[in-house]
Amino acid sequence: MKLKKNIPLIDQHDKFGFWGGKFGGSFIPETLKKPVEDLTKEFQRLRKNKKFIKKRDYYFKNYIGSPTSFVKLENLSNHLGGAQIWAKIVSEANGGAHKIYNATVHALICKAMGKKYIVGDTGAGYAGKMLSMAAKKFGLKCKIFMGAKDIKRQKPNCDAMRKNGAEIVPVYSGSQTLVDAVSECMRYWVSNCDNTHMCVGSTVGPNIFVKICGWSTTQISRELKKQLMKEFKRIPKKIKLINCVGGGSSAYGFWSEFIDYNKKQVELIGVEAGGPQRSKLHAAPLSKNAKIGILHGAASYVCQNNEGQIHETESISAGLDYPGVSPIHCFLKDTKRARYTYANDEAALNAYKLVTKFEKINPSLEPSHAFAEAIRIAPKFSKDTIIIVNSCGDAKKDRDILKERLGKN
Amino acid sequence: MENSLISQSFKNAKKEKRPALLTYIVAGDNSKKKSLEILKSISNYADICELGFPHNTPIADGGQIQTSAYRAIKNGIKINDIFSIVNKFKKFKKNKPIILMGYYNMIYQYNEDKFIAKCKNSKVDGLIVVDLPHPENKSFAIKCKKSGINFIQLISPTTSKLRLKKIISDSHDMIYYISMLSTTGGKLKVSSKKIIAEYRKIKNHNKTKNVVIGFGITEKTIKSLKKADGLVVGSAICKEITRSIKRRQNVVTNVTNIVKRLKNKII
Repeated sequence: MKLKKNIPLIDQHDKFGFWGGKFGGSFIPETLKKPVEDLTKEFQRLRKNKKFIKKRDYYFKNYIGSPTSFVKLENLSNHLGGAQIWAKIVSEANGGAHKIYNATVHALICKAMGKKYIVGDTGAGYAGKMLSMAAKKFGLKCKIFMGAKDIKRQKPNCDAMRKNGAEIVPVYSGSQTLVDAVSECMRYWVSNCDNTHMCVGSTVGPNIFVKICGWSTTQISRELKKQLMKEFKRIPKKIKLINCVGGGSSAYGFWSEFIDYNKKQVELIGVEAGGPQRSKLHAAPLSKNAKIGILHGAASYVCQNNEGQIHETESISAGLDYPGVSPIHCFLKDTKRARYTYANDEAALNAYKLVTKFEKINPSLEPSHAFAEAIRIAPKFSKDTIIIVNSCGDAKKDRDILKERLGKN
Repeated sequence: MENSLISQSFKNAKKEKRPALLTYIVAGDNSKKKSLEILKSISNYADICELGFPHNTPIADGGQIQTSAYRAIKNGIKINDIFSIVNKFKKFKKNKPIILMGYYNMIYQYNEDKFIAKCKNSKVDGLIVVDLPHPENKSFAIKCKKSGINFIQLISPTTSKLRLKKIISDSHDMIYYISMLSTTGGKLKVSSKKIIAEYRKIKNHNKTKNVVIGFGITEKTIKSLKKADGLVVGSAICKEITRSIKRRQNVVTNVTNIVKRLKNKII
């Protein structure tokens, strides 16, 4: 299994849609074959279409607000000693998280395909909130599937979705979290694929959804590359790009332009959700060595039992609370290009406390997992090592959880 | 596989000038013992019995079958139990075809070859794998055929003409036509006339293939589709199991009565 150079990772799959011969694919019911094929063709056409690219770039700049800033966390770096810690504040993007890139692109594709309805899944509520924003912007009717447990714990994002005119469909089956929301959303699409477009909220699902999402979030690393050149006049000798990984869309977007670099120069570190310290449950299929399985139309490392039943997961972070992971991260793991680890709930909360004590940024619980790893390793390196964390979400949505756990407003 | 039990069942039904009746229940719903009892009892009226192997993230099943599946998993059903149910059933009625139906991850975890071998040993007649479409299912389908197991291809209203041709040519004795864009158990939202017209398109490609229609078939709708080679009823049966459990009534009797009524409507 080998990575190719000069070809985007999203395109390094075989004719059946598998990366490395075994991750990804399209395990879908017959009914979805045609809509998935149509979408695949349309996306192939659009990504080569100059007008479409121009349109995408226009909305990325004027609607999403690219580029998001790249800042040094001076106080945090000084406090920890060791490596320099920087952050890409992707949460500055319109709506407060990276999910807006994928949502905007899906809305544009939906328009191009002449469909009037768009549906999507959401865990932390960001994918749903952004899709509802994009739907409103482009005049589409929007339905969001969300686990009942997540609706309770991510209320601010639910309020935003409703304000944007989207209908939230609560999902009561299974663990009532993201995994069930994605299942229910797919079931809805099976029944309504003739007039409805489906947006999968991360780089998961059947092959084409991995590709569209990855193609959208790549914007993050395109910006970062330019910002690095501006700041350091070259790509520094020792960089570590640290990103949280749930489905893996922000991590892929953060890394994609740097995958071809030698890993000694640019190390890629993915941080999964280890769950509560005292719980056996987690959402870390890569770093806790789960077996390969098929979930939501793709083969990936999946938290599951010997029989192939999908395990319940547990994490303080709704956005990472997912038993599967993107096939492209499985591929990066097996080719050893990226290193994956996990942070538990407590470590993420502590990281949040420390970062917000020293810096004027407000990372949500998802990137707080990435900060936990940055904080852990920074003291081990010297100043010439540049650690960059993707602060991919804003903590506004977490205010209730933070209040409960930290007594903060 | 011309002389398979599945083909034979269709021939028998044809002799009686009626469609074959296919029933679906989830293995282990609501217990191993009970589902075997249900199977034995309804097999007096059903021509072919489908047995679902339950999965906890089913992407193509509606509420009724989900409920049955969750109930079965909660009650501890394992894949080997399902094979043992089939084994026991086949000792009771060796000529009644059994089709296992489920999602690919279960087969993948069990191991494809081991799964097929186990099917063969327990005398499973056919397999439906919901999320393993054509052409990805080609190699698996060939393996099934080598072991004398019918791999059942699915066709839906969205299947293109070109795919239709290829799927039919790679199919075995039976083809499953999904009546409408829906998960299982949806309300029939397409007219029977239209469904039968689509069904004819498949038949016209190859008259020798037995084509069954499923999704949305209930006591109300079954009669209108009786021109098909076979009709599958699943959610309506699962719904009755749920209802009977809730009312603390005899599940076996109630489910058997439904199947009896369904059969009477197509005689």
